[in-house]
Amino acid sequence: MNLHVSSRDIGERTLDIVSALKSLEGPLLPILHEIQAEFGYVPQEALPVIARELNLSRAEVHGVVTFYHDYRDHPAGRHVLKLCRAEACQSMGGDALAERVKSLLGIDFHQTTPDGAVTLEPVYCLGLCSSAPAAMLDGEVHGRLDADAVRDLVAEVRA
Amino acid sequence: MSVRIFVPQDAAALALGADRVAVTLSREIETRGIDVTIVRNGSRGLHWLEPMVEVETAEGRVAYGPVKASDISSLLDAGLANGGDHPLCLGKTEELPFLKNQTRLTFARCGIVDPLSLEDYKAHDGLKGLAKAVAMAPADVVAQVTESGLRGRGGAGFPTGIKWKTVLDTAGDRKYIVCNADEGDSGTFADRMIMEGDPFVLIEGMAIAGLATLATKGFVYIRSEYPHAIATMTEAVEIARRAGVLGASVMGSGRAFDIEIRTGAGAYVCGEETALLNSLEGKRGIVRAKPPLPAHKGLFNCPTVINNVISLASVPIIMDKGAVFYKDFGMGRSRGTIPIQIAGNVKHGGLYEAAFGLTLGQIVDEIGGGTASGRPVKAVQVGGPLGAYFPRALFDTPFDYEAFAAKDGLIGHAGITVFDDTADMLKQARFAMEFCAIESCGKCTPCRIGSTRGVETADKIAQGIEPEKNLALLADLCNTMKFGSLCALGGFTPYPVTSAMTHFPDDFRPAPLVEAAE
Repeated sequence: MNLHVSSRDIGERTLDIVSALKSLEGPLLPILHEIQAEFGYVPQEALPVIARELNLSRAEVHGVVTFYHDYRDHPAGRHVLKLCRAEACQSMGGDALAERVKSLLGIDFHQTTPDGAVTLEPVYCLGLCSSAPAAMLDGEVHGRLDADAVRDLVAEVRA
Repeated sequence: MSVRIFVPQDAAALALGADRVAVTLSREIETRGIDVTIVRNGSRGLHWLEPMVEVETAEGRVAYGPVKASDISSLLDAGLANGGDHPLCLGKTEELPFLKNQTRLTFARCGIVDPLSLEDYKAHDGLKGLAKAVAMAPADVVAQVTESGLRGRGGAGFPTGIKWKTVLDTAGDRKYIVCNADEGDSGTFADRMIMEGDPFVLIEGMAIAGLATLATKGFVYIRSEYPHAIATMTEAVEIARRAGVLGASVMGSGRAFDIEIRTGAGAYVCGEETALLNSLEGKRGIVRAKPPLPAHKGLFNCPTVINNVISLASVPIIMDKGAVFYKDFGMGRSRGTIPIQIAGNVKHGGLYEAAFGLTLGQIVDEIGGGTASGRPVKAVQVGGPLGAYFPRALFDTPFDYEAFAAKDGLIGHAGITVFDDTADMLKQARFAMEFCAIESCGKCTPCRIGSTRGVETADKIAQGIEPEKNLALLADLCNTMKFGSLCALGGFTPYPVTSAMTHFPDDFRPAPLVEAAE
């Protein structure tokens, strides 16, 4: 893949997104969400385009992108598994469950399996605190997880 | 008329397989040729029974749960469509003690209506509050909300009416209503349940706030961890707009108010109101120093009402039934009802709306039924990650803003997380510091650096390194964070830490035979 063409492509698609959303009040977060939805991450090449179009400095845009946990600076795996790490899930054995998932996948939090199948991320509360421990796999929620359920989840992403 | 069967699509029900139940049910009724309509409702809040399927009968709704997809066939064989008996049958929904003993004002419709049917909403007293507000002068609406005694349900407990009055009295070409739906506290899910189960009540509450303060634009800032709530709210706003509830002329009043849904980006600190405003403006979610108050200079420097979801969702019933009706519930200066969220290691977890004044013990032992694990309750954390850990000795504390403050705790967003006796409170204290370190916006030093030093100090205590000295250091650090931080993140992180140290000192003593520090 030609990197130069790719960069130009990112610039053009970014420009389309920015043009469509820049009339919103406070458009930067909606724009970044849309860019991440488009590319799977927020490419560096997109930042100068956003900065120019919104009349911001590149540093300001960089500051916003890096402040928020949601924005990635590189693509995630084909699946994203988010395990809730907050208190309610801890009270139901969430820590032990997290260790199990890590060992099943052979990765730590914020890492992607070498085959690119899955990225494991911590999340601080999915609002499923009455059905803990909870997880989200590619936007789908799972509650009352136990050893069998996480084995099934891992099998699903490995398939 | 076709029989209506309700299968919740609240995220808590989805997490337990409600979609599979709905799909299987739909397929089976087609195969069997039964005249049934499936309604995807919100949750009734009995989460240990989710997915809880209900069927409408002449005598009222009959509930079944927890239902698995594999139960559908036998349920239909047993006459599910007529409320037939089955081992999973729970009887009439309204007669279930967990529901029957509640006072559902804010959650009156949640789990009952089709969340996206405006007709259903109106049939259950929806839009009555807004209709009354449309006919009133703005100052009178504000006065009624003030009179009701409603206080901010996000955690701070500031009187909602006073906030509105400040915005009404502040001159501005443009004013905003911002709904804080960045419900990041562990153990809380009331905002999510309202947005997924009764979105129009929030829209109605925001429209009333708009009319009352002369604001014409509203934003709902929903955390990205809540994709289902975002989808439901987005659709509900479209429906309300098409029906003229929102738009250039709210319910034909000639006064404009519209709402835009915004998605957060995974920063807990954006639940702090000024950080949220910065985030909406497209900036980093950094806390602003107050003053100026958001009511004077809020979003884009304009006068702004910023309220929690539950505060706004409680307004329609206050406008409909009157301030006195609402105020008659509760105790002391905590008026009305509070949706208590019972979570963690608990047998009967879910949402329980009641007047203020229940004791913590009643909530945990009687309503919650003790732990899910069957072991003794060791501690309950009230108010999310920034709330204190309460031991059994404090279970007589009534659920009331002032009563909790008097015991060095806080109600917060009214989430209660139960822990059994396997919990290690030093570990929980360390986590509170760790969470603060991860989520600190970095603006003030006590929070940014104090939290990291807190983790290190807790680790030293765990390793038995100069425990007495490090305990004193941790207490001192908590004091600095509590009084020196700019917002509640750094300022309240000491609550779980010091409460754990005070009430569970045994967990902070070094284990015998500690290895020497390397």
